[in-house]
Amino acid sequence: MRKSIFAFGFSIFFILVFAGIASAQQPQATPSDDQVNAIAKQLYCPVCENTPLDVCPTTACARWRDLIRQQLAAGKTEQEIKDFFVAQYGARVLGTPPPRGINLLVYLVPVVAVVAGAYILFRVYRSWKRPIPLPQSPPTDVAPPPAQAATEDEYIHRLEEEVRKG
Amino acid sequence: MDEIVTEQTEPTEQPEPTERPAQKIIPRWGRIIAWVGLFALLAIVAMLLLRNLQGPVAVGQVPPTFTLTTFDGKQYGPAEMSGKVVLVNFWASWCKPCEQEAPDLETAWEDYQPRGDVLFLGIAWTDTESASLAYIDRFKITYPNGPDLGTVISQAYRITGVPETYIIDKQGKLAYAKLSPFTSLAEIKAAIDPLLGP
Repeated sequence: MRKSIFAFGFSIFFILVFAGIASAQQPQATPSDDQVNAIAKQLYCPVCENTPLDVCPTTACARWRDLIRQQLAAGKTEQEIKDFFVAQYGARVLGTPPPRGINLLVYLVPVVAVVAGAYILFRVYRSWKRPIPLPQSPPTDVAPPPAQAATEDEYIHRLEEEVRKG
Repeated sequence: MDEIVTEQTEPTEQPEPTERPAQKIIPRWGRIIAWVGLFALLAIVAMLLLRNLQGPVAVGQVPPTFTLTTFDGKQYGPAEMSGKVVLVNFWASWCKPCEQEAPDLETAWEDYQPRGDVLFLGIAWTDTESASLAYIDRFKITYPNGPDLGTVISQAYRITGVPETYIIDKQGKLAYAKLSPFTSLAEIKAAIDPLLGP
């Protein structure tokens, strides 16, 4: 009894494994619109610039979507399909340009600008926080030196006397 | 009474806050790199804008060289074009005006092909191969046709759409450019005949 259960379980396991492998290798029969559009929205046709392929209404774009569907049905991966489109129609069909050649600027310039801006802000902020050096000459109206205070006291004393005398 | 002389003490001038000039905030090497980078970026942007503003290849200029691999695998490059009048036609199967001129182009090709000094090349622009082949079959086109792989040729010619036709003379200069469909066989012949000589 135990042997037959083990044999049954073993055969079920093999059936599932082989079925999985077979379904992975088998091309998809009819890829859905969602599957096609998931790739199409990353592509742009040169005929209608700035319109993603998934929403472009032209005949040219409809044919490109059919091409994606055919390639999905043939079992191609998303990356393989994108590579095919780049080979056929150039890198400008991609929504995000590949980081090569002059396209590198698209990726580098914003980063450099942000880093440079942050650096400038940091330096400016630090310069604001640095204490301002005071001038060498002593201020006269802030804290009079003791000698001057004594002079003023004498002056007030004389003034009060004069007032008292009338 | 003694005269009391009071000296008006002039308000002492507050020292102005010492401002650090911008030059002190960023070091010299930083400023140099920033300016060089900025000018380089502006130069690149200007170059790209100028290239976009150039428009299609002008008559009298030497057009860009290219090699076309046809749908049946043959290659047509500068060697095959040398010393011939070459008609380069950009088209697409989804392009209705292209259909208008397709029969006239084929008729013209059938007329000129026996001479041996005229070459027609059809370049399918942003088209799928199956649709292009169906189009070629539909109009019974026999002159060499191939896809514009990577849109390299159309970008070199800076085309703005389809159909566009360029005719190169035997000296390799662009002699004629039409950015719309041919309306008749006579129009095509009128463009090619003067380039053939006696």
